[in-house]
Amino acid sequence: MRPLSPSKAPAPRAEQIILFRVSGQIFAVSSASVQEVRGVDSLSGAAKKISQPGLGKVQYFAQRGDNSFYVISAAMHFGLSPSPPALVFMLRRTRTALLVDGIEKMTSMTRLQALPRAFCHEERGWYRGLTALDQSVVPVVKPEGFLTPDEMFLLDAAMSPALADTGSDPEAGDSLADAGVAQ
Amino acid sequence: MTLIAETELQSFVLLRLGDRRFAVAATQISELVAPSRVFRFPHRTPEVEGVILRRGRIVPVCDVAGKLVGKPLKSRRFYLIAQRNYGAQTEWVALPVSGDCELINAEMTLPTDSDAPHVSGWLSHGGDVIEVLNLAALTPGPGELLAPVAPLAQQEARP
Repeated sequence: MRPLSPSKAPAPRAEQIILFRVSGQIFAVSSASVQEVRGVDSLSGAAKKISQPGLGKVQYFAQRGDNSFYVISAAMHFGLSPSPPALVFMLRRTRTALLVDGIEKMTSMTRLQALPRAFCHEERGWYRGLTALDQSVVPVVKPEGFLTPDEMFLLDAAMSPALADTGSDPEAGDSLADAGVAQ
Repeated sequence: MTLIAETELQSFVLLRLGDRRFAVAATQISELVAPSRVFRFPHRTPEVEGVILRRGRIVPVCDVAGKLVGKPLKSRRFYLIAQRNYGAQTEWVALPVSGDCELINAEMTLPTDSDAPHVSGWLSHGGDVIEVLNLAALTPGPGELLAPVAPLAQQEARP
């Protein structure tokens, strides 16, 4: 008769995250939410610099295949002092791309704590929660939180002539360079 | 029967903010801890200055001195970790205090209609009259109105 093997506590489920920097502040985003990371140098070509009143954080508009997307300054979104971005995160399952200063590292988190309820303003839409890493606390951003549905509606309404001009291009490539975002 | 005979002694933690002392019901206090690093990140809730890590939990820091004594604390001696109710849920909040805290037993006088929302009662202790704080009215929370000044049961029991 074999002895029963000791029961093991299930290992905490880890989620891969990217720690990134914006104006000296560290944030985290789930790696699964980032479809692609590109340098800002690749932002050249057909995309359009835009300036929508009240939405200064939205810097560019571009098309990628059948889809259009908006490039957002993370510094402006979070109300941080502006700093020159070096990278663009294309966010999966959203129509947004994010300008960030750089990647700090890739790591994993095993626990995501909900944002304490004392935080009761816009930040509730910005963050999935907070995680403790190396005796520090890092906010984990919500990819869909960079543009609200109302903001997206406003932008789409403002950009509809541009969409009509350019039309969609099913042959367009799948990279940001192919999308050709202009500085 | 006198009013005093009808009331019960309750435990309160006295805390100091600058020159003034306030009280919080001891049942709402989890612990008193030395100041630790406050982690800050962008947000739009001015009453919260950041978070601390305590026993694996991430606890928001709310400096209530601005509301109570008119200016934020210059020096912090401790953080009073208090339990803040949000409907059916309870979360910790860290309240910076500038001096020693003291546990006392006292009778609480219920507030009047003219008292500020953050006053859930009054204590007389050591020759001082001390406000008992209503943390729900002092610390922020999503989508809620200011908490009532005193629980309904206490209001009904009022002479």
